[in-house]
Amino acid sequence: MTLILAEMAYWQETSIRLLVGLAAVLLPAGTLVYLFLFKMMSFMQSRLGPMEAGPYGSMQLLAEVGKFLQKEDIIPRSADRLIFKLAPFVVLISTFLLVLVIPAGPDLWFIDVDTGIFLALAVSSISVIGILMAGWASASKYSLMGALRATGQLIAYELPLVLAVVGVVIQAGTLNVQNIVMAQATGEIFGYGGIGNPFIFTQFVGFAIFLIAVQAELTQPPFDMPVAESELVTGYLTEYSGLRFLMFFIGEFATAGIFSALAATLFLGGWYVPGLDPTDGLFNVIGPAVLFAKMLLVAFLIFWFRFTYPRFREDQLQKLAWKVLIPLSLINIVITGVLKVVF
Amino acid sequence: MAIKIKIPGMIKGLGITFGTMVRTLTKGSHTVQYPHVKEAPTPRARGVIALHEENCTSCMLCARECPDWCIYIEGHKYKAPPRRPGGKPRKKNALDRFDIDYSLCMYCGICVDVCPFEALFWTPEYEYSELKISNLLHDKNQLGKWMETVPEFEDYEKGSEAKKAQVPE
Repeated sequence: MTLILAEMAYWQETSIRLLVGLAAVLLPAGTLVYLFLFKMMSFMQSRLGPMEAGPYGSMQLLAEVGKFLQKEDIIPRSADRLIFKLAPFVVLISTFLLVLVIPAGPDLWFIDVDTGIFLALAVSSISVIGILMAGWASASKYSLMGALRATGQLIAYELPLVLAVVGVVIQAGTLNVQNIVMAQATGEIFGYGGIGNPFIFTQFVGFAIFLIAVQAELTQPPFDMPVAESELVTGYLTEYSGLRFLMFFIGEFATAGIFSALAATLFLGGWYVPGLDPTDGLFNVIGPAVLFAKMLLVAFLIFWFRFTYPRFREDQLQKLAWKVLIPLSLINIVITGVLKVVF
Repeated sequence: MAIKIKIPGMIKGLGITFGTMVRTLTKGSHTVQYPHVKEAPTPRARGVIALHEENCTSCMLCARECPDWCIYIEGHKYKAPPRRPGGKPRKKNALDRFDIDYSLCMYCGICVDVCPFEALFWTPEYEYSELKISNLLHDKNQLGKWMETVPEFEDYEKGSEAKKAQVPE
């Protein structure tokens, strides 16, 4: 993509980047909602899910979006109007910034920065600000409680998320996401380089911690204390309706898709398929499809956990982060560091 | 002695949801696609109440026992010709109006139980929703039509003959 873009005018390049970025955020989100939220959850509860809109209910998502667009945009009287209106955009911006660093092929990326994974983890935290804005500006006690819980949870699970990635960074020796993929493609396991070295084998603890932390970052069950229906209505989303609610919704599932893609990139080898030359131009064509398939695999795990486990209590949730996941990821870093020096 | 391996509940739970998914995909779901496929309700399901008008004497017992007063009855008395020539004309009750408001009805069935003349019956029919709430007021013609859907009386469960003998025919 970068090669083609080099010969274009700035506005052409920008509009293409914009369209591809939109597609890269919305397509995975739509696929995840239809495939997992609508269908897989239904199958796991022994029902069929939406069947009427389109073949096997595949157009249901369009119907839902249409429904949300028609709804009245209600803002509470005592709400801080500007902050209230801005909050969903802040959450969505963090999602759109996340997609930038994920490469989909040897020459396919939005930006190629040396500190790519650091950037991704930094911008993923912006959504906390959006959620806190939403909760505070709603002028509702449910929203405020939900936002405070969400903030506490996101900050607590940000740490294991970052620390789990550190293991990968130590092993790959770089913060650049593209180079992390290359390190996995050209790596060897005990001298055997046939399948490269997907870091899931050597960093399995990191992978598990990363998945748990992602689950908590998405405020999905079993970590959905911030939107606990039975006590907080829907937490920080309580006062939102119509388009703004839809934006939070898209933000949640697009982030699920992008974090899955990030996990696939860091631990499963990204766009690389074992047995081929990673510098082959072929990967510019099949790379996105490979990445998409790997993303679906990780997302399947995330949503499987989501549909199986009941909700954590608030104190259990904090205990798990501070007393289990963070020490475990620190030990993982120490062991990875020692082994890196030894070998 | 066989060694019992204890599988953690967390993993068992994942197995259950995955197993249900596979079963739904291969053998179909427990639910049916309602407007296209209909499940037959059990014969004694409380769907709607039917009125057998000839049996009704407009005694008002059902209307008085109804907890939310959703039965409206109006009647008048008339003189029927005497049974034997030279006798006095008989007083009889005629039913002018018998309405049940299904927007109020809570399907308790007290009216059916309390009716001394076997004029009210449960039927398992349930598809009578309306776009306007006022159309849920069923008059005696409509209630009479439901009589066609009253199922044959089935015997009580096994061993209930002794009880059945106490029920007056």
